[in-house]
Amino acid sequence: MIRAHVLICGGTGCTSSGSASIQKAFQENIKACELEEEVKLVQTGCFGLCELGPVVIVYPDGTFYSRVTPDDVKEIVEEHLLKGRPVERLVYNDTGKDAPKVEGHVALGDTAFYKSQNRVVLRNCGVIDPENIDEYIAMDGYAALGKVLTEMKPEDVIKVISDSGLRGRGGGGFPTGFKWSLCAPNKADQKYVVCNADEGDPGAFMDRSVLEGDPHCLVEAMAIAGYAIGATIGYVYVRAEYPIAVKRLQKAIDQAREYGLLGKNIFGSGFDFDLFIRLGAGAFVCGEETALMTSIEGNRGEPRPRPPYPAVKGLFGKPTVENNVETFANVPQIILRGADWFASMGTEKSKGTKVFALGGKIKHTGLVEIPMGTTLRHIIDEIGGGIPNGKKFKAAQTGGPSGGCIPARLIDTEVDYDNLTAIGCMMGSGGLIVMDEDNCMVDMAKFFLEFTVDESCGKCTPCRVGTKRLLELLDKITSGKGTLEDVDRLEELCYYIKQNSLCGLGQTAPNPVLSTLNFFRDEYIAHVVDKKCPAGVCKDLLTFVIDQDKCIGCGVCAKNCPVNAIQKTDYIAPGHKLPSYSIDADKCVKCGVCMGNCKFKAISKQ
Amino acid sequence: MKSLAELQAIKEKMKNKVILREGTNDTRVVVGMATCGIAAGARPVLNALVEEVNTLGLTDTVTVSQTGCIGICEYEPVVEVFEAGKEKVTYVKMDPEKAKRVAKEHLKEGKVVTEFVIKA
Repeated sequence: MIRAHVLICGGTGCTSSGSASIQKAFQENIKACELEEEVKLVQTGCFGLCELGPVVIVYPDGTFYSRVTPDDVKEIVEEHLLKGRPVERLVYNDTGKDAPKVEGHVALGDTAFYKSQNRVVLRNCGVIDPENIDEYIAMDGYAALGKVLTEMKPEDVIKVISDSGLRGRGGGGFPTGFKWSLCAPNKADQKYVVCNADEGDPGAFMDRSVLEGDPHCLVEAMAIAGYAIGATIGYVYVRAEYPIAVKRLQKAIDQAREYGLLGKNIFGSGFDFDLFIRLGAGAFVCGEETALMTSIEGNRGEPRPRPPYPAVKGLFGKPTVENNVETFANVPQIILRGADWFASMGTEKSKGTKVFALGGKIKHTGLVEIPMGTTLRHIIDEIGGGIPNGKKFKAAQTGGPSGGCIPARLIDTEVDYDNLTAIGCMMGSGGLIVMDEDNCMVDMAKFFLEFTVDESCGKCTPCRVGTKRLLELLDKITSGKGTLEDVDRLEELCYYIKQNSLCGLGQTAPNPVLSTLNFFRDEYIAHVVDKKCPAGVCKDLLTFVIDQDKCIGCGVCAKNCPVNAIQKTDYIAPGHKLPSYSIDADKCVKCGVCMGNCKFKAISKQ
Repeated sequence: MKSLAELQAIKEKMKNKVILREGTNDTRVVVGMATCGIAAGARPVLNALVEEVNTLGLTDTVTVSQTGCIGICEYEPVVEVFEAGKEKVTYVKMDPEKAKRVAKEHLKEGKVVTEFVIKA
């Protein structure tokens, strides 16, 4: 009889930090202790706290082990599984900065990272074995599809989704029920449901986590959408760079077919639906809905003008509904628990929860799901554990290369679609990159522009040429050659590109520039007028200087300088015995090695 | 899948296998599993408890878990029952048969099996 479950994260994050060898070690040690009949090992999807991976959770206690190494496994098995004593040194027990410090056992649900989360989309991630359809069914899986096919008419399904207030989680926030209702009445010999799993924003990985941790949820939701709009075929467009996700999704589709949950006459209702995976090659533009469909059709992934909209003329010229993974993942729960339940979470116009991928200068890098309307402060300070190394929060970038930044003074913004749009940001797919005082905002804008220049498909001129010119202007500014006129030209060009580009990629590409110009114009001015980078990032505007009165003349900096730019001087500071050193600015390549090595804090960048 | 009944049957069959992961229930039963407990035969007791809780269909309300040394080694195997809002009950010198009675009489029917409870 099984009395304990050991859940090992098999998401991409923990897999790359070595969870496979941990699973093997558990198998060996459980065997050695003759616990095979009592303890079950389960490989799950992502738990979300990727920073502390590889992650292992032991139930029924809910003990959360972080950064487990294969050497720790023997101790966990012998102490915890055999003798019932959790290995305290590995237990993650941060209950929040204001909560009293707890000694000993803290259940997963009480930790700061988890306690204010509300997991709807991620409810099964890290809880079930994604490769076992029975475990999904045990968690009410396919019950929503059953309900829809046996009790509801297609228009009832659309009404429930509309009433719930669900909006597209891919970035635009278009009402999902409305999208379905536009497609449903269109007559055609074939209609399609398409899932956009081409997650391309740098730093965002919530769709991957759902595919890896709960793939059946997507299969079920797409079948429901198919029934609602009258489609019998679905495609999931997922990038080939997500091998674990692709493998698990394929396995889920195979299992669903075997159970008759995909195929002909599902639940004896007469409804047929089948699902196919199409692999993308990782082009960012293929996340744009028309480019994605062009790519599925076997053509080069380029967007096409709208109208006609996909609801009328989409994939293969047929009426199509396209939603992203996270949007679909909400659907089965809304069907089962009702529109009112969903609408009770979130803000007036943004219902439900949103998954964010926390990254950048934050302690708990990972995936969090919170109700819409949670303040940025709560996300960063409580759930994210704050900024490391005592640095000050400067801004957060949402929406990746299509989004904008939220400056520190707006940290109490309640995060939802409309509040973010109002301050020139964008929800986007949910990447949230936290920046501290050491990040240069101009450099950040340049980083995203480099990305969009690379990823522009080249079909329309404003995007192809315009973004390139933007990047050149930013290069000029960050290298100290910019003028005030360049800043104005930059802004003007941004608006031009936004208004004239063909698809969402170009229309949103200037956003990081516009938003930093709006909130951090002073940094741009500092770069062009004072020729300084206030955060000390832009190398061309930096000089490394040795304070000759602090320098004790140890010579460590000179020894480590890769270009021999540091020389001894004749000056001996009062109280010191050896002559101090100085940096030859002409030779210096600004690598910063000297500053990192100086124990006396005599070197600074200016 | 031809009917909802089939789906329901799979769900019922699987429910017990995943319920362990839904967190701690109102009633917690812990077995002392330190060296002293194991030496005195705590593992068969633990296994008997887990099995009986399943057989009696109590997995929705009762969590069976283990703990370290409680400090009364001579009374091992020790089983403690924690119920929300009630005093802790400590059973001592347990064996698998006694464990099954505790599961049936205490955990299912709510009557403490006084003859196994530690005497002051």
